[in-house]
Amino acid sequence: MAEYEAVIGLETHIQLNTASKIFCSCKADSWDDGPNTNICPVCTGLPGVLPVTNKAVVEKATLLAAAMHADIPEESFFDRKNYFYPDLPKGYQISQYDMTLANGGYLDVPMPEGESRRVSIHKLHIEEDAGKTVHEKGRRLIDFNRCGVPLIEMVTNPDLHSADEAAQYLIRLRQLLRWLDVSEADMEKGHLRADANVSIRLKGEDVLNTKTEIKNVNSIEAVRAAIEKEIKRQTKAYEEGERIEAWTLNWDDNTQTLHKMRSKETEADYRYFREPDLLSVKIDDAWKDAILSGLPELPLERRQRFMADYELPEYDADILTGERALSEYFESAVKAYEGDAKRVSNWVMNDVLRIINETGTTPDALKLTPDYLAETIKLVDANTVNTSTGKTLLEKVENSDKSPGDIVKEEGLAQVSDTGAIREIVEGIIADNPDEVAKFKDGNQQLMGWFVGQVMQKTRGQADPKVASLLLNELLSE
Amino acid sequence: MSLTLDEVKHIAHLARLELSAEELELYRQQLSSILDHVAQLDELDTADVEPLTSVLAEQSELRVDEPGQALPLDKLLGNAPDTDRDQFKVPPILD
Ligand SMILES: [Zn+2]
Repeated sequence: MAEYEAVIGLETHIQLNTASKIFCSCKADSWDDGPNTNICPVCTGLPGVLPVTNKAVVEKATLLAAAMHADIPEESFFDRKNYFYPDLPKGYQISQYDMTLANGGYLDVPMPEGESRRVSIHKLHIEEDAGKTVHEKGRRLIDFNRCGVPLIEMVTNPDLHSADEAAQYLIRLRQLLRWLDVSEADMEKGHLRADANVSIRLKGEDVLNTKTEIKNVNSIEAVRAAIEKEIKRQTKAYEEGERIEAWTLNWDDNTQTLHKMRSKETEADYRYFREPDLLSVKIDDAWKDAILSGLPELPLERRQRFMADYELPEYDADILTGERALSEYFESAVKAYEGDAKRVSNWVMNDVLRIINETGTTPDALKLTPDYLAETIKLVDANTVNTSTGKTLLEKVENSDKSPGDIVKEEGLAQVSDTGAIREIVEGIIADNPDEVAKFKDGNQQLMGWFVGQVMQKTRGQADPKVASLLLNELLSE
Repeated sequence: MSLTLDEVKHIAHLARLELSAEELELYRQQLSSILDHVAQLDELDTADVEPLTSVLAEQSELRVDEPGQALPLDKLLGNAPDTDRDQFKVPPILD
């Protein structure tokens, strides 16, 4: 059988997380609100109104464009995209067509096999969202709350070559959007929506064959599953000598199947023209500099730096830079600890992340500050507390307003490494358990763990396990 | 510049207008003469002139990102032909 290669491009719509809409001051986020509660004459297209552009939309879009390495021209224009649909009360969408906010750009997406894939950007512009319609008993019910919510449309070139690569691109895009604080990027809530264009070709060929467009893929898993299904379908069709037609396919997440959508009778004819109600958007150097001064080190750059500067494995660096606040937490803790960064990484990944998940808080809101984490690790390093007490200590810090050192003092948690005290306990255990001692001396070495456990129990976990083992070895070999 | 009947039909479809055969021919002639009138501008040599979108020199005034007052629901729904649970109710659409 011939070998095929998938050719995939993703079209994404990103809802910006501004407080108000793009051209009016209605509240942008209506997730918790009833239908048609965040609407006004501007976003419902009543006659005689004028749109006024939200400054934060331009700033957030510029930040994203810069992070995508796109060119940002000084001037861009809004255009009207004309079409009739009940969720679009004006009869047109204000979008950008030929002179957009940004040109070009790319995202280097690390792939699980180690190498990375450069995904170049075909189009990046600002526009307004449309309303929502639901079918009910042969009628349509319309909620205009979403009308005028700021969107960025970002379309990749067909640079992706598998369902997994497409999923990885979306995972990294979502990470970037949250990192820059330009979007909540929650796919389930529609903050980040994706359509996928899929075609296949013989491996080694450099042609673009007829593609199909997959709509309604609203999670990373759906993107992966839908593209995989479509690649299989097209491969089978090619093998059987069938022609691929330029269908639009709708993904049904419940049945995990693709359905052909009714094709439109006429080609889309949007009759774009310059929006007469808005002047151009001008971003002069001073403003651009001010916006870009807020551009942080990007997640993938920070990931590389963590691997290089702190000698962290890729796995650690990936998790620690999953979220900007977590990466900042880690780095502050490393600075406060002044020791092996991998040791801090282990504590963050095992214990701090567990506390974050259990309490549902964010790294920057923890009472267990990076300084307190570093202090706790130092207490363990100095044998003041043993590792398991150290772990409990983290939770105690998180549930109080006290420092680890104060809690150790107040609760008498300092571990017993006083050899004399532990020796007494070990002697007592040996005297009380003649059977186990006999079995151990007969060669059942595994009982050592049991003996150490007894010592820890008698000292309420505060014995230094190393001292306990040494003493047990000594006294049991007598 | 003369429009064809098919072009007029297409434009009418985009505007969701149903036109009779007589109307199609009438608008074909009228739209063609409007285009001819505007086409007189082509006589000017604009090779060295930048396209102009607005006669206003300055750029758009931008708005600070602060949410304001929404329109009361009854005012907005008052214009609706039919409603259901605070939503507009419209007939199904055929694409
Ligand atoms: Zn509004």
